Formats: sequence, structure tokens, C-alpha cells
Amino acid sequence: MVVVWGIVGMLVGVVIAAQLIWPQLNFDLPILSYGRLRPLHTNAVIFAFGGSALFATAYYVVQRTCHVRLAFDKLAAFTFWGWQLIIVLAAITLPLGITQSKEYAELEWPIDLLIAVVWVAFAVVFFGTIAKRRIKHIYVANWFYGAFIITVAVLHIFNNLAIPVSLTKSYVIYTGVVDAMMQWWYGHNAVGFFLTAGFLGMMYYFVPKQAGRPVYSYRLSVVHFWSLIAVYMWAGPHHLHYTSLPDWAQTLGMVFSIILLAPSWGGMINGIMTLSGAWHKLRSDPILKFMIVALSFYGMSTFEGPMMSIKTVNALSHYTNWTIGHVHAGALGWVAMMTIGSLYSLLPRLYNRDGMHSTKLIDVHFWTSTIGVVLYAVPMWIAGVTEGLMWRAVNDDGTLTYSFVESLKAVEPYHFIRLLGGLLFFAGMIIMAYNVWKTVSDKKPVPVAVLDPA
Amino acid sequence: MRHETIEKSLNLMMVLIVVAISIGGLVEIIPLMFSADATEPAENIEPYSPLRLAGRDVYVREGCYSCHSQMIRPFRSETERYGPFTTAGETVYDRPFQFGSKRTGPDLARVGGRYSDDWHRLHLIDPRALAPESNMPGYPWLADNVIDPELITAKLNALQLLGDPYTDEQIAAAAAAVEGRSEMDAVIAYLQELGTNRRHRR
Repeated sequence: MVVVWGIVGMLVGVVIAAQLIWPQLNFDLPILSYGRLRPLHTNAVIFAFGGSALFATAYYVVQRTCHVRLAFDKLAAFTFWGWQLIIVLAAITLPLGITQSKEYAELEWPIDLLIAVVWVAFAVVFFGTIAKRRIKHIYVANWFYGAFIITVAVLHIFNNLAIPVSLTKSYVIYTGVVDAMMQWWYGHNAVGFFLTAGFLGMMYYFVPKQAGRPVYSYRLSVVHFWSLIAVYMWAGPHHLHYTSLPDWAQTLGMVFSIILLAPSWGGMINGIMTLSGAWHKLRSDPILKFMIVALSFYGMSTFEGPMMSIKTVNALSHYTNWTIGHVHAGALGWVAMMTIGSLYSLLPRLYNRDGMHSTKLIDVHFWTSTIGVVLYAVPMWIAGVTEGLMWRAVNDDGTLTYSFVESLKAVEPYHFIRLLGGLLFFAGMIIMAYNVWKTVSDKKPVPVAVLDPA
Repeated sequence: MRHETIEKSLNLMMVLIVVAISIGGLVEIIPLMFSADATEPAENIEPYSPLRLAGRDVYVREGCYSCHSQMIRPFRSETERYGPFTTAGETVYDRPFQFGSKRTGPDLARVGGRYSDDWHRLHLIDPRALAPESNMPGYPWLADNVIDPELITAKLNALQLLGDPYTDEQIAAAAAAVEGRSEMDAVIAYLQELGTNRRHRR
């Protein structure tokens, strides 16, 4: 007996919360208080959308793969309400300008303390459930979820060490380049663990499940798991190339970022090859299409990342829209698409339905999102290279060819196309919300027997 | 050791994960904390005066770093456009650092003294009045908000606790220094001294 009805309500809440928060996506508009809304956008998509999806799937997957009910039901409910409270507090404080200004760690110290408490509770529930598992082996998805939970706790605590001045203001204990190094050790691994390891955990459960095939290679998953978590932690300094961070740290960051290509592609290959023998399912199953495109974007972004971390390339790309394009290829293409695919796979099972309300709408959503990501990423690449080249262009006499504002004018059309891409992706989420609503409110549950472990 | 051993023992797996994720950070961060290059102030670099500190906190609050970097990289195209490249010693009193990640607007590391106070005032209220092609938001509310003198004392105390070399006399005089000044005054005071410690050297 695996599915715990007591948890279902919580899972639904998390899923709905994720969808309600999704519209934050198209905040990337030049509107009046951009400087305050931009952190709200990043926090909402990473921690509210991504975080809720991770909580929900981690709790679901750990129960399915350990064949036990969650340890500490009440604590699990606490993590749900606690996390939702954090999201609400973030949505209130960030527009008020209450911020530490450290990217993806903007929230001030009282909220940081709350995050730490909720996170520890999350770890207790998750590892407590594994501890009472009825299967000897810990399944690979749980390795990734586990590493993600442990590492995010470490990153969060060390990056946010600060002395409070008032309830809404504090000063970090680090200064200047030490603070910068600390921040990007945190920041890059917010990507590496929150948005990669956690979502790989999701991938390792839902892709094999949806494809009806076993994971392609056990050996590959072992090798790429340990190398991924060890190498990611070194890559932070590539956010600080050519800054006043000492060269040795920059070089270490670059070298490890390039090495990171291998474990990243290990995950991509393991995911995509899991479909061997089931490729024909792509014709009829748009959920699998979401997952495969997500893995493709993961592969592409994790090639692009190491390339951008080469100092010579970074000299051109840093501070431009190229970075924005890269992030969104990863965030929309990989994180969001994997989440969407997993949710479409998860929801009918949670509600004992034989499928989503409309497969056709999933297909429409798939194409809307895919075109949306492409329309987002491509103009940002073009804009980034344009800016990079214009900033460094010099005349024969050594003077600069372009003023700064000329580069801003030059990328305006690309900003517009990017907006269209963002709107399309957003429209896809609306279609999803409708489909989920119809599925959940449809009154025809199909009883399912849960098999005991062999 | 066979991997089977690890994946059958939760404790062993957790310990090994902690070990695997710790090394990178330890190697890259700890030496930096003890490196004089990274922690000693450069020539002419003093802790922020009370008014400038208040202005810096407004800069942080409004998220200026979302669009403006404060880090001139050592390329000729950058030193030509913005001035001498930024060194670590110039940032030792920055809590938190403001290097930025994206330039939707130009770098501000050495913007100090480039424009008049009046230019900044007008530009912050309505950027397009002075730079028609700019996409910067306006910040008219800064002129109406007044700096809280009590809070600035608490801020300096916190910074002194963290080791920034403020004297007790400086802290005692802080409240009076910001009394009656607007956030606009503070931000302009902050901007006008940015990078002025060595702007005439290449």
C-alpha cells in the first residue's frame, strides 16, 4: 500500500500553487519598478514553481520507490504550509524593496530563518521515509533528490549569514570579492542542485514510468551522479570571469565548468536512451514528447554553459542578453518542460483517472511551449552577441564605435520577439491549468490496485 | 567498494554526498578569506560615510544591480568606456558586493563625478527627459522619502561589529549627518563618489 490519501490534498495544493504562480514568468518586461519585480520573477519561478514541483514529486516518488507511506505526515503538511507562507512573504517583501540583493537569495533574514526550518523539516520527512523503506536499494531518483535537499541546506545557510540591523535589513558577514565568491558558489548551485539535481530526480522516476522502460544504464547513473554533484560545486566562479576575483579561482571555475559537460550529458543520455525500444510512443504520447524535448534542452544548455564559461567566450557573452537566453533555455526548456511532463504523468495517477482530460490539449500545450522557448532563446542569443560585439567595437583610431545606448536600441526588436515567446509559453500554462481542472473535477475515478514490492 | 553497499545504506550515502559537495567550496572560498588581495582596502578606500551608506542601501533596495554592473573588466574597450578596471581592494566595504550580472544600462563603477548632482536628480526622476532612448524606470519617490537617522546609527553599529573600521565618534555623529536628507540626496551622494578613488589613472 503506497499512495497515502492524507498526502493527496497537500500534493494538489502544491500543484495548484505551482500553476497559480507560473504567470510570474512574463514579468520580464521593462515596467516601472523593474528592479524590484525582477527578483520577484526569479524567486517565483525558481522557488515557488520549481520548488513546489520538487516538494510534490519528491514526496510522491520517495513513497512509490520505497513502498512506504511518508514518515511524519504532520511534518510533511508543515513543510507544505511553511513553503507556501515563504512564497507569500516573498511576494510581499520583494516588491516592497526588502532585499539582500544577492541573486536568488534576495529574501531578508527572518524569511531565511523560516526557509531553513522548513528545509530541515523537508529533509527529516524525506530521509525518514527512506529510512523505513521496504526495498533494500535506494532508487536512483532518490539519490538526486537527497543530494539536492542536503546541498541546498548547506548553500542556503552559508550564503545568507548576516547581522540583522532591523526586521527588514541586514548586512552579510562577507564583503567584496569574498561575498561575490560566496554568492556565486550559492547561485550557481541553486542552478546545479535546485534546478538540475532535483529535476534529474524527477526525470529518473517519470521518464522510465511514462516510457514503460527501465533506466538505460545503471552504471552511467552511478558515475554521472557522483561526478555531477562533486563537480558542480566548483563551477561558481565562472559567473565572475575577468572581475577582481583572483585569477586562480576564475581558472578553477572555468576548468570544472568544462568538465561538467560530461556528467551533465551522462544524465541526458541516460534519459533519452531510456526510450530505446519505445520510440514509437512519441507518436501518440505528448507527455513523452515534453520529456524528450526537456532532455534535449538540458543537453543543449549544458553544452552552452561550459562553452560560455570559457573565459574568451565569456568576455563577449558576460553582462549581455546571451546569459538571459541561456538561463531561459534551461529554465523553460528543461525545468519547466520536465515539470509539465511529470505533472501530466502524475495527476491522473493521484486522482485515479485513466488519463488527463484531453490528450489533444496536451499536444497543443507541447507545441505552444516548444515554439515559445525557441522564440525566447534565439532572439536573446542574437541580441547577446550583438551587444557583446558593439561594446567592444573600436575605430581605427582606437576610439569606441558605439555609445552604450546604441547597443540598447539595436536589441529592441529582439526584446519584442522574446516577449512573444514568453507569452506563448505562458499561454501554454493556461491551457494546462484548464486541462488539469477538467481532469480533477471529472467524476469518474477508476480504482487502481497498488502492487506490493516483489 | 561496490556501489551496492552505498545504495543500501542511507547513512553512508548521506555522508558521502556531504563529502562530495564540500570540497569545491572549501578549496575556492576559504583561501580567499585569508588573502590580503581580497580583503585589504585599496588606496583611498574608506568605509562609507553615513549619507553614502544610506544611499547605497537605497541603490540595493531599488534593485539597480539588476541592470547596472559595478565591475569594469580589464579590457581596453571597457577601460576606454568606463575608466580604470575595478580591483578587489576597492570593494572591501561592499556588503553585499554589487558586481551585477547584466548590463541593460551602462556600468556604474566609476560614474562618480561624470555628471552634476542636478543631472542625476533630473535623470532619476525622469530618465527620458535627459536620455530619450533610455529604458530605465523613473524613481520620483526618492525625492519624497527622508532618511531615518536612528536606523543609520543601528547600521553603523552592525558594520562596526562586522569589523568595518568605524570609530565611535563617527557613529555618534552619523544621525546628525543624515538628518533631514532625502533618499534622493543619499543616492546621489553614493553615485557621485563611486570609483573616484582612482579615476584619473589608467
